[in-house]
Amino acid sequence: MSDGRVASGASPKGPSLVSSEVLIRPESEPMLVAKGLTKRFGRVTALEDANLELYPGEVLAVIGDNGAGKSSLIKCLSGAMVPDAGTIELDGQVVNFKRPNDARVAGIESVYQTLAVAPALDIATNLFLGREKRMKGPLGSVFRILDKSGMRREARRALDELGIGTLQDITQPVESLSGGQRQAVAVARAGAFGSKVIILDEPTAALGVKESGLVLNMIRDLRSKGMPVILISHNMPHVFEVADRIHIQRLGRRVAVVDPKQTTMSDAVAIMTGAKTVEQ
Amino acid sequence: MTTASSLTDDISAPDASDAFEHKRGPVATMQHWLHRFPVISPVIVLGLAFIVFGFFNSKTCGPISCGQSFRSGQTIGTNMQAYAVMATLAVGQTLVILTSGVDLSVGSSMILVHLIMAKLVADQGVPGPIALIVGALVGLALGAFHGFLVTKISLPPFIITLGTFYMFAAVGLVYSKAQTTSGSDMPGMLLWTGDKYAFKIPFTKIPINYGVVVALVLYAVMAFVLANTAWGKHVYATGNDKEAARLAGINVNRVLLSVYMVAGLIYAIGAWVQLGRSGSASSNAAADVNLESITAVVIGGTSVFGGRGRIMGTLIGAAIVAVFDKGLSLFKVDQQWKNFAIGGLILTAVALDQWIRKVGK
Repeated sequence: MSDGRVASGASPKGPSLVSSEVLIRPESEPMLVAKGLTKRFGRVTALEDANLELYPGEVLAVIGDNGAGKSSLIKCLSGAMVPDAGTIELDGQVVNFKRPNDARVAGIESVYQTLAVAPALDIATNLFLGREKRMKGPLGSVFRILDKSGMRREARRALDELGIGTLQDITQPVESLSGGQRQAVAVARAGAFGSKVIILDEPTAALGVKESGLVLNMIRDLRSKGMPVILISHNMPHVFEVADRIHIQRLGRRVAVVDPKQTTMSDAVAIMTGAKTVEQ
Repeated sequence: MTTASSLTDDISAPDASDAFEHKRGPVATMQHWLHRFPVISPVIVLGLAFIVFGFFNSKTCGPISCGQSFRSGQTIGTNMQAYAVMATLAVGQTLVILTSGVDLSVGSSMILVHLIMAKLVADQGVPGPIALIVGALVGLALGAFHGFLVTKISLPPFIITLGTFYMFAAVGLVYSKAQTTSGSDMPGMLLWTGDKYAFKIPFTKIPINYGVVVALVLYAVMAFVLANTAWGKHVYATGNDKEAARLAGINVNRVLLSVYMVAGLIYAIGAWVQLGRSGSASSNAAADVNLESITAVVIGGTSVFGGRGRIMGTLIGAAIVAVFDKGLSLFKVDQQWKNFAIGGLILTAVALDQWIRKVGK
């Protein structure tokens, strides 16, 4: 195969990929590394010695059948689950996340499938929910008054940067937005706080064709700004459209990392389901 | 061989402006505006009530007496004082309902606190300000008890406060031995909310009493706090979607505990207003305020499902309750039909809220 064509939006700024090995690696150092993650629930093994590497500025897709350990892997990285064994390193430092806020403070932002937005609150409030900005001086420090106009300004800028500045009113409640727009708000929130990694869990699962395209564009925008993204998705066309590398999870461990430009979708699915095996 | 790009060509270039377009019919437009500004409907109801009662009352009064006219300044002033207690409690109730709870014990909490304040001064000779502080602390403690049960035992607020409604009422009755403490035994601060008029509204003869001022200041402060502090935003977020709030990094349990404690403190302020209004303390005073405070919140446009509503809506809701109650009495309408009318308002308000919440669903 390999006719050299690049998926429509794949940015040339992404890390250069060496040829089609089973475990392809960009030439730089990984910024997020998970080694030997294991998680058991009674007799059920969710993760068995699972590894993951994320390189700067890349979109890493994580695919796998149901029960392959995708969500357990992601939950370990985002602090929602504590692994029984294994280590996670961020920028070369070992990190121990006990709760989602630990990961967030360390710079790993997750956009959950449920989006975790408060629908009745407006866009700006949602962007800053849980880390509101207070006014400068005694008004903020003594009277705890919020810097509403400053937050609105920054919210507007964050949305503009993601190419969704078409939202006219930053003070409209999130529930009056479409599914794609809500996703955009959630992604903007994840990207707005100097984060190092953004994890997107099935961001297009609930969206129509047009809105999925919008979200995929947003993922490309994040990459073009140098923000590494982990994308969990069931949607193979979407994965092949935006991913730089595809991490394939099967039976609790990583079985391969493939280059979407060198691999067909049917091969990826075959590896994922075990119809085709690869030697590591 | 199929490449990724040819598979996804048709979805790779979405027209953003197209995806964000909104078009609405007249009904949907109305729904949209009510959704943005839920206070619109209570304001309209209040305005209509004023016009109807004011107009008909001025026509029908005459041969018998016009001294009790609905529109007379004295009547309005007295009524504001009478409903100030309920309006004060409704501020605390709004906070609780915003977190998708409800506090059925407002009335008995307030009664218990006002008995404690009164008896400390009358029986123990404690100075007024100290009694007020003790009352405030008791209010906080009652709220903390609710907050503890809601967050640690995870019981529904409806059931918790139904239980404490009985408990607090029983404690109040036992503590006061069902005797009324007379106002003449409570000098000083305690009756300040009722014993003088603060001022008259300019160009009218409407006298405003300190209890009313206390209630209105409380509304202003709480409206500001809810709109302009992180705590206020967290109260809304917690009531709107607890799990989302938690994932956003909000300590939901701390928010809930603080809401019940602040509500308890507000009930203590309500107890102070009640002392001034009635000039005495009794375990069977102010029986109506319990349900009326919930009514004011609901009619004022705060959603019983939590996360949406405005403090100022509650003020308007309280005014609607007062105007309906007084207006219909001046019409000599039977008490039962007044209750019927208020009940109808509650159902209408909740139905409207359900409809408004469907925006974007």
